[in-house]
Amino acid sequence: MTGIIAVTSESPGMESMVDPRFGRAAGFVVVDLATMEISYVDNGGSQAMAQGAGIQAAENVARAGAGVVLSGFVGPKAFQALAAGDIRVIQDVEGMTVGQAVDKYKRGELTIADAPNAPAGGHPGGGSKG
Amino acid sequence: MIYAIASGKGGTGKTTVTASLAALWDRPVMAVDLDVEEPNLHLFLHPELTGEEPALMEVPEVDTTRCTLCGQCAAFCQFKALSVMGKKLLIFPEMCHGCGGCLLLCPEKALSPGGRELGQIVSGSFRTDHLSSGRPEDAPFLMGRLRVGEAMSPPLMRQVKARLPESGATDILIDSPPGVSCPAVNAVMDADVIVLVTEPTPFGLHDFRLAVEAFRPLGKPLGAVINRADINRRAGISDTGVQDFCRAEGIPVWAEIPFNRAVAEAYSRGEVVARAVPELRAVILALMAHMQGAAAASKPEEADHA
Repeated sequence: MTGIIAVTSESPGMESMVDPRFGRAAGFVVVDLATMEISYVDNGGSQAMAQGAGIQAAENVARAGAGVVLSGFVGPKAFQALAAGDIRVIQDVEGMTVGQAVDKYKRGELTIADAPNAPAGGHPGGGSKG
Repeated sequence: MIYAIASGKGGTGKTTVTASLAALWDRPVMAVDLDVEEPNLHLFLHPELTGEEPALMEVPEVDTTRCTLCGQCAAFCQFKALSVMGKKLLIFPEMCHGCGGCLLLCPEKALSPGGRELGQIVSGSFRTDHLSSGRPEDAPFLMGRLRVGEAMSPPLMRQVKARLPESGATDILIDSPPGVSCPAVNAVMDADVIVLVTEPTPFGLHDFRLAVEAFRPLGKPLGAVINRADINRRAGISDTGVQDFCRAEGIPVWAEIPFNRAVAEAYSRGEVVARAVPELRAVILALMAHMQGAAAASKPEEADHA
């Protein structure tokens, strides 16, 4: 299996828990499936933004060269930005480690989303829009 | 002179007081509803509405044939209203704060000003009792109405305020939004005098304190109206917190409006309560005198011309 995938993560490493928030994720574990080389992209800058965190996070994912993103909840603006960057979205991934999510993806158990699953400004379990 | 009628807490009686003042004001007056998220002054003043214009905010639109995806606009924007993703410049108009920076920056002149509708500016006139001339007279009325779903009210409020000088009125009464955040501060910042309407309850006192804290640094004359001022006495509760706070802080109490069933009935019928309830008329006229006195004391040279 080839390609680069980015998984929203609470901290670096495959043992970290998936961060269910896309825009306000702590960071992304970026995995090159061909070599299983792993890197980490900090997303703390997006967490601190008053607005536009999802768009900023989408830019961060694009810069990391990922073609697929795995996360819990992706809002409409982030979804639109990811689509414009030809980055496919897999959502509803939560309650597992990054490594488990990557394994599920490799086994073909995760499906590509065709629409965002969260309202603008964060999903109901996340923070408020301020 | 501009008088802003404000409060920390919602539901204290700002609009009731503003409508009564507007009806009885003894100089040429304009009534302005700047509570743009939920304007309701018109429900009491029953103005004849003659104009309605959309209020637009300048947001960028892109000419894709000229855009080279250089990303200068996106890097400049603090609100992520623009983003270069793949082979596209994405624009999120609802994120834009209308600063216009991207339009100035674009080296290819690929961005042009478009408009996002903030809401409407509604104008008309209402009937005052006009005590100066002794017979009813029409006075200008202005209201901002925020579009449902629009997140930013200050840009709409600024457009409403830009129209105040056109009115020709000697005095302007502003019905302000409640609270102490940007919209509330926007409504009172250009006023010459601020009237804070509160009520003698723990909630009322709590938010009144916030309002005093937020507005006092503006350095404008500030007075309090205590609505339903006698409810504690009537209920046998000894709570004089609001009065004590005013005394301790040196805030003059310009009016105490008694709790009165006739006031509630007039309010529920959409009437100006100072017209409907004779005892209230005297309270509002005294308030008007305090407000005008405070304005004159703060700007004696302007008052001479009025």
